[in-house]
Amino acid sequence: MSQQAWRAALAAHPAAIEALVVGASAGGVNALLAIFAGLQPGFGVPIVVVLHLPSKHRSSLAEVLGRRLGLPAKEADSGEQLQPGMIYFAAPGYHLSVEADRSLSFSREEPVYYSRPAIDFLFESAADVYGPALAGFLLTGANQDGAAGLAAIKQQGGFTVVQDPNEAHVPTMPMAALALQQPDVIAGLVEIRALLAELEATRTC
Amino acid sequence: MAPERTRDIELRLLIEAIYLKYNYDFRDYSGASLKRRVRHALVQLECQSISALQEKILYDAGAFMQLLQYLTIPVSEMFRDPDYFLALRQQVMPVLHTYPSLKIWIAGCSTGEEVYSMAILLKEEGLLERSIIYATDINPVSLERAERGIFAQDNMRAYTENYQAAGGRQALSDYYTAAYDGVIFDKSLRANVTFADHSLATDTVFAETHLVSCRNVLIYFNKPLQDRAFGLFHESLCHRGFLGLGGKESIDFSSYARSFETLCRPERIFRKL
Repeated sequence: MSQQAWRAALAAHPAAIEALVVGASAGGVNALLAIFAGLQPGFGVPIVVVLHLPSKHRSSLAEVLGRRLGLPAKEADSGEQLQPGMIYFAAPGYHLSVEADRSLSFSREEPVYYSRPAIDFLFESAADVYGPALAGFLLTGANQDGAAGLAAIKQQGGFTVVQDPNEAHVPTMPMAALALQQPDVIAGLVEIRALLAELEATRTC
Repeated sequence: MAPERTRDIELRLLIEAIYLKYNYDFRDYSGASLKRRVRHALVQLECQSISALQEKILYDAGAFMQLLQYLTIPVSEMFRDPDYFLALRQQVMPVLHTYPSLKIWIAGCSTGEEVYSMAILLKEEGLLERSIIYATDINPVSLERAERGIFAQDNMRAYTENYQAAGGRQALSDYYTAAYDGVIFDKSLRANVTFADHSLATDTVFAETHLVSCRNVLIYFNKPLQDRAFGLFHESLCHRGFLGLGGKESIDFSSYARSFETLCRPERIFRKL
């Protein structure tokens, strides 16, 4: 998608974005590093990320990515209130959801597509809470988790972005999303990075 | 303020109806997970709307029992988070040895995986004979399964790995026999276990205990209900009694933060002050 096209899509979105949710699986670490590289500390929305990882080990993902990006990032805590300017990562072994009071909650329900945390849990719960004020990005990945969640964001009026499957490290996840809905934007990581910087900067809340 | 959305109203009414009719109190459960489970139940129970589900369960107790299976989370495994059981073995059991008799409460025991894990641990530490274990849950179907002690054969490989990582002294297979497609755990393990219906939301304390293990239950509760549960544990525990929580649960931000000290931070074991 051209810069002009995603700019237009973003400009046409009827609500100010108050939160961003991001889902990725195989190839996700590099994709996240790429799209967050354009953010400056003090960015204006909370960002919540589900990245599929093996759940056996304690994760230092938030610490490592935060340090590499020079941005505040942490593993989510149960009951924690979402704050702008922070990147929250789902903890391995638990589903992560957003509650009506904009706090985070955990669940040990069955894995979805063998994944816990599941992107669908985060996306569907956040869509329910934020409605049109939510943006959802679905990136590279080797299964179909996140597709239903992204469709739920769209259905609640939110702004949806899918990584271009032609560019994705593993295209399965973006393709599953495209099979369910036409997102607002389909783009490569470089464009998504620019879009995120713009989305965050033009936020009016 | 925008009017409440119809399905949010329906959900609230359903939860209220369940409370009024069956005295199961989900009113202070976290909303996101509850919504998801109700949505799933709608499909399984073939209801078009939450209102339709409400009518169905009000007039049909059997349908309510079906719904309850979706509302509770019967997902568990033996020696889940092996580090927790290792910490119990190394840091808690030596203290429990100093008591002539022991009472242990496993709150929210679901289908019993943790009960048998605890019984095996106690047995290997020479404490099972002098222990009484209270295994409680709100779901009678789960309690029945827990009491039977039959688990799927498929899970035994993963459970064995957990058991070994938890410092197991034998082979896990020493404690069960294969039967058809499942395995049945040695019934001597549950000789001193009392399985009982108990709700952290509506019931009171029933015994003085030395150790309470309540893992991955409180994550489904809102803050006031978490506080209620901590209050019950505090009241039940003897002086210097132990409290074990799930890996993402903590007493730190509750009203009882100052009533407990941390014994092992990563394993979430606390001790009453």
